[in-house]
Parts: sequence; C-alpha cells; structure tokens
Amino acid sequence: MGFGLRAIQASRSSSRVLSSPNPSYFRSISSTPDLQNPESAAAASSPEPPPRNPLAGARVHFRSPEDAIEVSVDGFPIKIPKGFTVLQACEVAGVDIPRFCYHSRLSIAGNCRMCLVEVEKSPKPVASCAMPALPGMKIKTNTPIAKKAREGVMEFLLMNHPLDCPICDQGGECDLQDQSMAFGSDRGRFTEMKRSVVDKNLGPLVKTVMTRCIQCTRCVRFATEVAGVQDLGMLGRGSGEEIGTYVEKLMTSELSGNVIDICPVGALTSKPFAFKARNWELKGTETIDVSDAVGSNIRIDSRGPEVMRILPRLNEDINEEWISDKTRFFYDGLKRQRLNDPMIRGPDGRFKAVSWRDALAVVAEVAHQVNPEEMVGIAGQLSDAESMMALKDFLNKMGSNNVWCEGNGMHPQADLRPSFILNTNIAGLEKADAFLLVGTQPRVEAPMVNARIRKTVLATHAKVAYIGPPTDHNYEHEHLGIGPQTLLEIAEGRHPFCSTLLAAKNPAIIIGAGIWERKDKDGIFSAVETIAKLGKVVRPDWNGLNVLLLNAAQAAALDLGLVPESANSIESAKFLYLMGADDVNLEKLPGDAFVVYQGHHGDRSIYRANVIFPASAFSEKEGTYENTEGCAQQTMPAVPTVGDARDDWKIIRSLSEVAGVRLPYDTLGAVRARIRAVAPNLLHTDEREPATVSHAIKPEFYQKISMTVFGTAVENFYMTDSISRASKIMAQCSATLSKKK
Amino acid sequence: MFASAGRLAGKRLFEIRQIFAQSHPQLEARSSAFRSFSTALNYHIDSPDNNPHVTFDFTDANKERAKEILSHYPSNYKQSAVIPLLDLAQQQHGGWIPVSAMDAVAKIIEVAPIRVYEVATFYSMFNRTKVGKYHLLVCGTTPCMIRGSREIEATLLKHLGVKRNEVTKDGMFSVGEMECMGCCVNAPMITVADYSKGSEGYTYNYYEDVTPKRVIEIVEMLRKGEAPPVGTQNPLRKKSGPAGGNTTLLGEPKPPPCRDLDAC
Ligand code: SF4
Ligand code: FES
Ligand code: FES
Repeated sequence: MGFGLRAIQASRSSSRVLSSPNPSYFRSISSTPDLQNPESAAAASSPEPPPRNPLAGARVHFRSPEDAIEVSVDGFPIKIPKGFTVLQACEVAGVDIPRFCYHSRLSIAGNCRMCLVEVEKSPKPVASCAMPALPGMKIKTNTPIAKKAREGVMEFLLMNHPLDCPICDQGGECDLQDQSMAFGSDRGRFTEMKRSVVDKNLGPLVKTVMTRCIQCTRCVRFATEVAGVQDLGMLGRGSGEEIGTYVEKLMTSELSGNVIDICPVGALTSKPFAFKARNWELKGTETIDVSDAVGSNIRIDSRGPEVMRILPRLNEDINEEWISDKTRFFYDGLKRQRLNDPMIRGPDGRFKAVSWRDALAVVAEVAHQVNPEEMVGIAGQLSDAESMMALKDFLNKMGSNNVWCEGNGMHPQADLRPSFILNTNIAGLEKADAFLLVGTQPRVEAPMVNARIRKTVLATHAKVAYIGPPTDHNYEHEHLGIGPQTLLEIAEGRHPFCSTLLAAKNPAIIIGAGIWERKDKDGIFSAVETIAKLGKVVRPDWNGLNVLLLNAAQAAALDLGLVPESANSIESAKFLYLMGADDVNLEKLPGDAFVVYQGHHGDRSIYRANVIFPASAFSEKEGTYENTEGCAQQTMPAVPTVGDARDDWKIIRSLSEVAGVRLPYDTLGAVRARIRAVAPNLLHTDEREPATVSHAIKPEFYQKISMTVFGTAVENFYMTDSISRASKIMAQCSATLSKKK
Repeated sequence: MFASAGRLAGKRLFEIRQIFAQSHPQLEARSSAFRSFSTALNYHIDSPDNNPHVTFDFTDANKERAKEILSHYPSNYKQSAVIPLLDLAQQQHGGWIPVSAMDAVAKIIEVAPIRVYEVATFYSMFNRTKVGKYHLLVCGTTPCMIRGSREIEATLLKHLGVKRNEVTKDGMFSVGEMECMGCCVNAPMITVADYSKGSEGYTYNYYEDVTPKRVIEIVEMLRKGEAPPVGTQNPLRKKSGPAGGNTTLLGEPKPPPCRDLDAC
C-alpha cells in the first residue's frame, strides 16, 4: 500500500496516470502477498465500492440516447456511448487504468499490455485500451488476476529497461517509474544481459536514449498522425526492436518537441533541458504563449529567476495538448541580449546607462518639441493589450493619432471585428469539409492551427486548396495557383475549384494576415468576400471566413483601435516610439527623427534608437493577449524581470506623468477598466464572442488587384520575433532543420 | 541463499567476459556476437554500394512482374504488395536489398520509405547486407538445435572460412541463421537460397537430415554448379517417413466396421 501512495506523491499533478482523486483505488493496489492469498484479497476488496467521479478529461457525449450502453466497472454500473473502449469506460467510471501505449489523441496500438483488466466470462485478461466495451460487460479492474497481469507485464518491461533513473531526465515524471512503484517488484528474475540500443540523432531538440525505450510506438504514431512527418518507425522485431529512422535523418517537424511529452519513459527527452534541473525543483506557472497568434496554453517551469522549460497545458479549444517547437524551445532567448537599464545614446553613438528619471525626462522633453502630427507610436508583435492601451492613450493625449501595431498593415479594417479574426474558431475548423487557404502557410505561421487542419483532413478527408507560393503542407492539398489571378478566377466562378466549394457543407476560407502588407489588400479581401458569398461561407449557423493572424499582439491592437491615421506617417515622423517593434521598416524614417525603443531585447530596432527603455518580457508580467480567434487570455509572471526593467504600461504611465499628460491609471486593474470602455471583450478571458456584425455591411471596395504573386509571411519559422531571434536553440534549429530550397 | 546469489553473479561475470572476449576484433563482429539476432543491424549505415543515392530500378521483366503483383490487391491497398515486391527486389539484386531498392518499392506502393524499412527489418528473410550467391541458412530453433544444428553451422563456417553473415572472398557463399522453417521432423536442416541465376532461376531449397559431412558435400556440389538432391539427405528415409521404410500401416487399412443392416 505504501508503494501506491508514494506513487501518487511521485507522480506530479500533471502526470497522465495514477493521479486519481480517489485514494480508495490505490488502497487495493498491493504487492504480491495478497495475490498468493486469495482470501485476504477477497477480504480487501470491499463489497460495495463507493461511487466515483469521472477522471479529469474524460468527457461523455451521447449523440443520441440509443447510443448509450451500460457496463459495470468494479460492480458499479455506468452509461457510456457506443464505441467506447473498455479503458474509456473505466475512465468514465473514475478508475484509472495504467497504460503506456494508449494515448487518447493517437490511434490505438495495444502493444504494451499494461492496461490488462479482467472481464467476466473472458478466459484471459483483456487489453482494455483496444477492446470495445459491449453492453452488459462486467469489467473488473482490481481483482487478483488483473493485478497479477499488470505485475507480469511490468516485470517484462523492466527486463530490458536500464536502471538509470538517477541520471535520467524523465525521473520524477516518468510513467514507467510511477507505475513500477505500484506494480513493480523490488527485484527481477531476469539474469541475462540487458539489451542496448544505439541512440538516434533526431536533431537539436530531442535527445534520445534509445535503450530506455519500451516500444510503445507513441512517438511513431505521433509523428505519422499528428506531425505528419513519416520519418520514425519501428525497426526490427522481438527483443531487437528499436525506434529509429533507419537512414540517417533528422525529425523535421515544427511539432517534434511533443514526442518528449508523450514518451512515457526517458527515451525521448528535451535536449536543451538535458541535465539542467529535476522537475520537482521547478515552479510551474500557467500562462500563455506569445510566439504566434494562436495563444497556446503553456506552463512555464522556472527555478529562481530562470525559465527552465516550457510545457503545453491542455486546452481542447486551442492547442489540445501540443505546442510548437518555437513555443517550447525559444525560452533560452529570454536570457540573452536582454535590455536591463535605461540607456541614452550619447553624441559618440554609444549607449550610456542612465537612471529612469533622466531617461524619462529626456524623452518627455523631445516629445514636447515636435509637432503632434510628427509623433508616431508602433507596438511590437509581443505587446500585451494593457500596454497598447497605454501607448495609444499617451500618444492621443500628446495630440497624435499615429499609433499602430506592426504586422497590421496601413489601413486595417479595425471596425469590423469579424474581418480580422478566425471566425470559425480553431476547434470549429474540425467541422469544415473544404478549406481554401489564401496566401497563408499555416504550418509555419500557426502550427497549432495547421495541426487542426491536418486532423480534420485525416479524419474527414476534407479538401484543401491553396493559393500562394509553393510550400510544403503536411496534408493532401491542391495547389490552385500562386497569385491573385487564381483568386479572381474563383470569384468569377470560372475555376474548377468552385464546384468543390459549392458542394461543401461547411467551407472555410483562411486568409493569411501577410496579405495586409500588400497595397491591394482591400481588393483581395473583396475578391475573397465575393468567393465567400458564392460558396455560402458565411451563414447564420456557420462562419467560415477567417483571417489567420501572425502574431500575438495583432488582434488586441485592432480591437483597441491601434490604426494609423496617415499611411506615410513614418516618412514624416520626428518622434518615433517603438514599443518592442522590431519588424517595422525604418528605412524611410527621416535621419533626424528621435527614436525611443522600449522593449526587452536588443534586437533590430536598437540600432536606430536614441533612448532605450528596458521592459519586461511575457514571462515576467501579467498581460492580456487576444489570439487569432479573438479569445482573450492572460499571461502570469513566472520569473522576476531582469535589471531595472519595468512593465510596458508602467513605463508609458510614468512617461506620461513626466510629460505632463498624466494617464488616469495607476494599477493594472485601472488599465483594464479603461480597456473595458474601449474593447470589453478583452476582459472576458477564455471566451469567444460570436461576430455581431456581418461582413455584408462592409463598404464595397473596387480596388484594382495587382497580379503580384502572394509572398511568404514567415520566412524562417524558428526566428520570427525578438525572443526567438535571441535564442540559441532556435538558431541551431534554423541552421539544421529549415529546409534549404 | 547467499551462495546461490554468489554463484549467479559469478556465472554472469563469466558470460560478460566471454561476450567481450569475442567482441573485440571489429565492430561488425561485435554486433553479431553481442546480439544474438539472426538479422543484422536495425539501422542503415551508408556504404559505397548501399546508400540512398545508388540508383535501383527494376528490370523490364520485373517491372511487368511488379505490375502483376500489384494487380492482386485493390488499388487503394497498394501497400499490401510490400512483401512480394521486396522479395522481387531481393532476387533481382543478388539476394539482398539495398536502401535504394526499398525506396523504389516505397515509391511503387505509394507509402513513406520508413514504412518499407519497417517491413524489411522485421523479416529476417530480407537481407539488408550483401550475401553470397548461395545464401546458406541454418535452422537454429530448438528441435534442430537438439539434433545438432550448432555443429552444422560451425562446420559450415569453418569450411568456408567466414563468420556468420559474412560473404566468402569469391562472393559465392554466406551463412546465416534462420528460425524454425517447419521442417523439424527432419531436423537438423539448412536451406539454400540460390541467387546465382537472378530472379528467373531463383530457387529456395531445403536440405534436411544433414550431417556435418553432408553439408560440406552439398557446398562443394553447389560450388561446382551441380544441384544436390533436395529434401532429406538420409538415404534410408523417404521424405519425412521413418528411416528404413514404414513400420506401421503396412497393408491396406481395414475399412471401418459397418453394421449389417439387413441382419437387423
Ligand atoms: S521512444 Fe518513447 S514514445 Fe517512442 S516507442 Fe520508445 S518509449 Fe514509446
Ligand atoms: S495501453 Fe493497452 S496495450 Fe498499451
Ligand atoms: S526447428 Fe529447425 S525446422 Fe523447425
């Protein structure tokens, strides 16, 4: 019994198994003596098991009442939908079945045999993960037979598993370790040599120690099914079986890091995190990713002031339980090239650290010397809503309305919310049966959205058509063309794809936000809207017209109305306030313009800056981000900020005071109260507000469309923002993994 | 109890030492001695004659055969043809399948190459390294082992002067191990895969009831281009019948007793 309880303690809350809220289940797990003594085992299993709650994550949807069947788990009757497996039935009944190969998001392999349970009238224990539950089945999970079966499987698994837990990075969060606490014996009967397997090189992210592999094939199924790169396989057979690529090959997927999470043992671990920390020393902070516009839910594991690693958090509506490699591994950029003191560029062109007071005074003075029209503010792609609100308020108070967010182009249609968000929602994409991707490569722009599309394509054979430069989508698709020409053909109904579109029940059109950088974007958007009308893409019950945004700040910026007043404000700017904006083109900026850079990294714009304000990064502050579906989420500070850096909105608030236009908020709550007046939806976190205005009321544009072909919005997936550009891991990835064409 | 543990540890140490003693000469040898698998490595190492850039193409005749093989399967289950196609490639390519041949097969059946690698590594009958024109496979499973297969293998290896899975200098012979080939009643047995005549004249013959002396004779006959008689090598036996002729069922068996219905 002690083993069972210790196993619970050892398995951290995130552990996928053995974290039942109900300790009574564990009471029945015991070491062998009970087995040899049937009477005591019978006495231990109490006659009336207490009712249980479904395990976390187990959801039951009955499509229709006839679909329900009744089975009994440990004498406790439950109703489950037809088609559930025995293991799922047990989950609904609140019984956690130990497992290695089963993973709810992957196909069923049934090869580890750890999930054996007893089923009445079945001569042998059955593998519950692969056995469909039948009406009236009597499943027993805590009988001596089930326990003995699991102990036997465990003994076989440990036969070839090295005893290197003390030097294994998975230690403390290893399924094999946890389950062997419950079912393992303290000694083995196996006296032969353990086998050894050559380690494979899967690239700079995933470290392999293949001798530890227990052949569950989760990684193979993940690579094949979710990531869509058929590189991994199970080679050989019998005890010579090993996971590998056969030929020397790196795993070139933007989701490869997830195999680290799904590997139940320490065979696949994180290379950058190797030997850096033990997981029980880490403090977990549940927060939001900002590396793209998806807003994946993550947990930042930190030790002291250092971010040690980033893990995904389950969110069925956004990232399920995966995250992209950039999200997972760009954290080392948070430690490099940080700005930690306010600095002023001296006459000799070198930066000198100064106090906040001096820096603010200098900026305030300059700000008062220029004409209000010559003041421009640009928010960077990692900015949170609060600081963008402050930036806009500040510049407005100074008399300028030239404030926007990079990536949003010059004249975004910020008034119509449905025209800049992913109206279908990420989870909603699964209902679509035809996709038209216009100038977007979701695989590099938003890997999690791409994973959804791939999931849909695999599950329902949805058709995907793509217009844009040739790229490597990891699902079957039809490449219709490379430029607006094709778009016009479809809009005029002359293209063969029109029939697919008309035949589709739920068509979805996804337009890349990269198109906003084009001069003819309004023309293109109206062409797409014509197509949408043609294909009945927007209906009361289905809104399939989507924009896929590129970065974390875009949606909130548009919601807050960060839209520039004039198209060529940069050309005439005398005072430029860059709030973390590194991807704006400053070439046209007049030479005598005064540039303030407020941000956390010494990135591109620093070369032009006159004054630097150090700010905190997303891992160090509380801020609101709106993802591409228009769903607001908040980050939480995981680590203290570096040096003298401050939160963005606080810096602007102090500057406003020094400049004599004091902003009326002193706390985050007060900033949010101000946001409530502008864009209340930003405060409704985790909610998706359905579009209230339809596209129809939008003014028609008759802009000429130029025939320039669509470009790629993201050239290098691994380096898109100031954090990932500072990251060494991301640099390694782009050196070894990005395809050189 | 301690004594037994001590004995165990001692035995174990001895085994380990033995393994290392064998394993030193070269890496290749280690992998075959250390891991007692009948097949070679489960991953590919590029060599001049075996790397993804060597071109492999089916001959015209075999292209026809490949088409014929594919026609056995529904067009949406092309991947079912993976084993026959690999076999064809192996016959064409002198008894072994280079990576490029696996890639070629993957292309024909429209799957990712790794899916073909998985199959090719699973079946020990697919050779992924060079073999001789005559690939001799000694059965190593229990019945044959009891009847002396280890001795047979040792004799062959000594006679040919090679190690297991190594090819003789003249490229004629190689010796491998196989698991039970269903011929236990005539154990011990070897099988000879004859790749000397390409995929047209390819044969795969069982030689049963072999003795160390007889296997050498068989090898020498093969070397001379003769075809030793297949089946049991024991002159006293016929097929799998008992030595010296049948001992039971000598006459016509009696018909089943039948009631005399008329008598009732
Ligand atoms: S490497 Fe890990 S995930 Fe892959 S089969 Fe082995 S144990 Fe399973
Ligand atoms: S979990 Fe059922 S066999 Fe692996
Ligand atoms: S054991 Fe050798 S053929 Fe069966």
